[in-house]
Amino acid sequence: MFSFIVRRIVSGVVALFVVSSLTFFLLYFSATSVARNILGESATQAQVHQKEIELGLDQPLVGRYLHWLGGVLHGDFGVSWFTSRSVVGSIFDRLPVTLSLVLVTIAIVAIVATLVGVAAAVRRGWIDRLLQIVSIAGSAIPQFVIAIIVVTIFAIKLHWLPATGYVPLGGNPGGWAVSLVLPVVALAISAVASTAQQVRSATINVLSKDYVRTLRSRGLAPREILFRHVLRGAAPAGMTVLSLQFIVMLGGVVVIEQIFALPGMGFLALQSTIQGDMPVLMGVVVYIVLIVVIVNLLVDLAVGWLNPKARVS
Amino acid sequence: MAPTQRTDGPLLGVRDLVVEYPGKGFRSTPFRALDTVSIEIGYGQTLGLVGESGSGKTTLGRALLGLAPVTGGTLTFEGADISHAGRRTRRRLSRDLQVVFQDPYTSLNPSMTIGDILAEPLTVQGKTGADARRRVREVLDEVGLPQDTIGRLPREFSGGQRQRVAIARALALSPKLIVCDEPVSALDLSTQAKVLDLFLQIQKDTGVSYLFVSHDLDVVNHISHRIAVMYHGEIVEQGDAAQITSAPQHPYTQRLLLASPVPDPDRQQERRANRRRLIEEQRAQDERSGVAA
Amino acid sequence: MSEPTIKTENAMDADALAGAGVTAEPARPGVLRRLVGNPLGLIALIILAIVVVSGIIGPWVAPFDPNHASLADALKGPGGAHLLGTDSAGRDVFSRLLVGARSTLIAAALAAAVALVVGVPSGLIAGFFGGWFDSIASWCTNVLMSLPAIIILLAASAALGHSVWVSMTIFGVLISTGFFRLTRTSVQAVRSELYVDAARVAGLSNTSIIGKHILFVVRAPLIIQTSMVCGIAISIQATLEFLGLGDVLVPTWGVMLNEGFINIYTSPILAVWPGIAISLTIGAFVVLGNALRDALEDTPKAAKKRAAAGPSRVSLLDDDETRGVALVKSNHLLEVNGLGVGYPQPSGRVKTVVTDVSLHLDRGEVLGIVGESGSGKTQTAFSILGLLPDEAVITGGSIVFDGTPLVSSSGGRLSQGRLAALRGKRIAYIPQEPMSNLDPNFTIGYQLVRPLVKVLGLSKADARARALELLGIVGITNPQRTFDAYPHEVSGGMAQRVLIAGAVSCNPDLLIADEPTTALDVTVQAEVLDLLRDLQDRFTMGVVLVTHNFGVVADLCDRVVVMQNGRLVESGDVRSILRDPRDAYTKTLLGAMLEGKTPMTMLTAGPDPLDDEMRMKASI
Repeated sequence: MFSFIVRRIVSGVVALFVVSSLTFFLLYFSATSVARNILGESATQAQVHQKEIELGLDQPLVGRYLHWLGGVLHGDFGVSWFTSRSVVGSIFDRLPVTLSLVLVTIAIVAIVATLVGVAAAVRRGWIDRLLQIVSIAGSAIPQFVIAIIVVTIFAIKLHWLPATGYVPLGGNPGGWAVSLVLPVVALAISAVASTAQQVRSATINVLSKDYVRTLRSRGLAPREILFRHVLRGAAPAGMTVLSLQFIVMLGGVVVIEQIFALPGMGFLALQSTIQGDMPVLMGVVVYIVLIVVIVNLLVDLAVGWLNPKARVS
Repeated sequence: MAPTQRTDGPLLGVRDLVVEYPGKGFRSTPFRALDTVSIEIGYGQTLGLVGESGSGKTTLGRALLGLAPVTGGTLTFEGADISHAGRRTRRRLSRDLQVVFQDPYTSLNPSMTIGDILAEPLTVQGKTGADARRRVREVLDEVGLPQDTIGRLPREFSGGQRQRVAIARALALSPKLIVCDEPVSALDLSTQAKVLDLFLQIQKDTGVSYLFVSHDLDVVNHISHRIAVMYHGEIVEQGDAAQITSAPQHPYTQRLLLASPVPDPDRQQERRANRRRLIEEQRAQDERSGVAA
Repeated sequence: MSEPTIKTENAMDADALAGAGVTAEPARPGVLRRLVGNPLGLIALIILAIVVVSGIIGPWVAPFDPNHASLADALKGPGGAHLLGTDSAGRDVFSRLLVGARSTLIAAALAAAVALVVGVPSGLIAGFFGGWFDSIASWCTNVLMSLPAIIILLAASAALGHSVWVSMTIFGVLISTGFFRLTRTSVQAVRSELYVDAARVAGLSNTSIIGKHILFVVRAPLIIQTSMVCGIAISIQATLEFLGLGDVLVPTWGVMLNEGFINIYTSPILAVWPGIAISLTIGAFVVLGNALRDALEDTPKAAKKRAAAGPSRVSLLDDDETRGVALVKSNHLLEVNGLGVGYPQPSGRVKTVVTDVSLHLDRGEVLGIVGESGSGKTQTAFSILGLLPDEAVITGGSIVFDGTPLVSSSGGRLSQGRLAALRGKRIAYIPQEPMSNLDPNFTIGYQLVRPLVKVLGLSKADARARALELLGIVGITNPQRTFDAYPHEVSGGMAQRVLIAGAVSCNPDLLIADEPTTALDVTVQAEVLDLLRDLQDRFTMGVVLVTHNFGVVADLCDRVVVMQNGRLVESGDVRSILRDPRDAYTKTLLGAMLEGKTPMTMLTAGPDPLDDEMRMKASI
């Protein structure tokens, strides 16, 4: 188990390194007319040149990369080209918003999808058919369209909930919860449907195992079999799907934060993309990949804990 | 249709064969599936290979067919060394060396018609379509399947019929040796009897040799001239079928022989008692030699 | 190193059930025919055809120039000259919708093409050859899969500009992981199939094997996946356009949605048209994918899978409808009368697998049920246990256990509540396949202790002591080690001993053993038979032993019933059946036994003339 964890961590670190390096070269290789963009069309050639030196754009790419890498290893991602704020500072301002959104959503998805998926597997019938319909609809309607529909109905027409804005958790937990309801709903619908589908098929798969019949022959109550043995057997598949959903959600926040005007990482990513603010964009990419690596590691550990066979190999 | 060219010596010779599979993970010791195995098969002869699961009997057959890595020893077929035969040699060899696998459900491609399945080995050898079709009709006759089988898919047939198709595929090129890997163990008792009869009939008609691999000593005894007993990757005993089944020498063969129950309560009771006595004797002997050593 | 898989009734019955309708089936209709025959599939195809046509000829048939702004006409409602109204710049919504289909199509086609080109060949190579390429490609796939696509596409558009070609090429690479994994897994599964080995023996080259045997298998899942990928690509591209990262000069559905969102308070209808267009198109791809799956995978194998998925559904609620039925007088421990079991088919008729079976068993007696696959012997045993699949119905007859009726001859279903009270207390079961009958996620000790605590009401400490004692009784030399082990850490023979220990842990009056030694090596089989005989003696159980092996029958049974095609053909004392069978089928079965036959002689006098001829020669 120990060597398994070490291997996973090494693999994750290597992945983080490769992805951030590739992104760096992609972003900076093409960042040629940045100084002009920052200063505007009215700036003189000399001013532009001065700005390029200031940003280090005159240095060779490899040198800049090593410099950047050295900084990152000390937790320094440089400063924004446009606001001159520290990249790490901006990210730490935004991280709580995005993490609130994503973690609340994934928790809801996990609970609802498990209940619906197991119910559909065991009972079949209407709940199964409803799940099929919702999951087709959920994968057919893009997330931002779902978000627009949700906003139109619950905020604009019914005035039940605020359409936009974020309230920090610290001062006002109630306000925080209310500000998250619509974004979470928009983010969760298709994730619930597709996760529940996977839970359903994993549950049906375990239910058809020979050992379930043998457990029944031993006189164990159906509930005991379902909740101890079947759910345990289906859990690794469910966790894997959840971790994939988590990754999709980290992308989904870009559009959700835009629509609901939430000042999170996605908002920052989009803003820096449109401006061409490479240091900020780099920082966002590295942090998001880091979060994914950590989550994948946790899921691997959980699956290993649940599945004795995986533990040994 | 007796075999035409005969050279001196056996059809197949296996000398000190070793098969090792690389272990899982870095620097792990390889798994030795076969340990210095030597057998011979003559023309028109059947060698029965019997052993329990994991004994290496299937691996031996696969090594002959080029489906398992030969790490030591030599394989000779009609005097030629085929231990490390390449794809081209194999293609030539497949005219003389064929296979019938255990599982009639997975040994036939479910999406190909029986006609295409039977024609595959023929077209690989460069037979024209018309020749191949004629030969396919012949072999269907030989295995007792109707001609309209050609256009059908494997799933339309029962286990026994599929195994007949697999045998027909092996026969298509009129080989000299067929490796039969547990060819009847997936079949019902009455089907098994029919398929065993078919194997015997084909040998009578064509003079083909078999390496007949099975876990069932009764089956092996019924169809083989000679028997080799495998245990933990080694051949512990080989000899004439009658001799092996009447006067086995190796303790494992003795146990194996008495383990299989006979279909009569009183004789089975006797066999059970004999088996218990044998095991007691062997245990006592082991203890004595343990003390001696 | 394949193990002998001995297919016996359990597996074969599913075969017989699934294959029932297809055995004599003529060539199946083409995939396209079946696709069009499915109403949802047809609708999806029609929607996609409309999108494709407007993507191609849209610019020529559009009533207005989609980019022609006219502030005088801004935000007109639907109707009049402008079929669907105009946007805030006075541009015709319908024309923009028509023209916007093009970038949607480009997105779908480009992403799918790139993903196929990248994913399929690499998956083929990795799956077929394995080795270092497989390791590297799989690692890269895992990395690509852990990247949120939108974030990467943002970075790419910051670096390379806002073009559908760039974003969809990159997205194609990102989503090629799906194709890679699909291809690799399928190839790995096929590579070890025996028919591929047969092709190797025939001397086929690797390329021929891939072309002839492997690509065919991967084809169907790839087509389905492609349809899904097209849908996802459209969604992603629309998202980028919505965020303002599309080509500003081209009217697209994503841009139109953004326009609608900006005017959501004043003119929400503007968001409706592109929203419907996008959702319908993506939905059509999703539905098409599902319909393709049904059409392509509508084979007996899939049907078997579906059939297998059904059987062991756990009923959450025990059905107690026959509670309160009076005890019945019976002289036997178990009495089965005229039992019939059937499976209702979609066509409405019931496929019968057991017909009019009557048998009885006394305390301390061993009854053998003998038959070949499809004889109904396992179905009979499962009816007594009440563990038939949920779809099965009892079509007639009665089962009485020690005076308690388990099945009423009038009701269609087993009395589950009554049986649940008996199972694990007075009736026990030993399965055929030892490994698949232990839950791999729990230790052997847990699986033994839990029923002792939950069903028999022992304390945890007592249950633990009892479980260790039982492991000793079934001949396991180091009970503590086995107690702590997980199922995958013990051998098949030992696992079967564990299952036997579990079965006898409740001192059952009746033990149902379904081919308990079939999956074991013959030397282990002998030991397990000895064990069963000792335990039967020790607990004075009545045993119903289901088997296909007359040797096992001779070893254990007092009486025998022989079954064929769901019917009982002969029953009686073991000596009279084995030595002097009356029924022709029993004679055939016994005649097929090899023991005592002269080696190298024919066993059957089959119907084919070849054999008859032989027999005549032999008799002369």
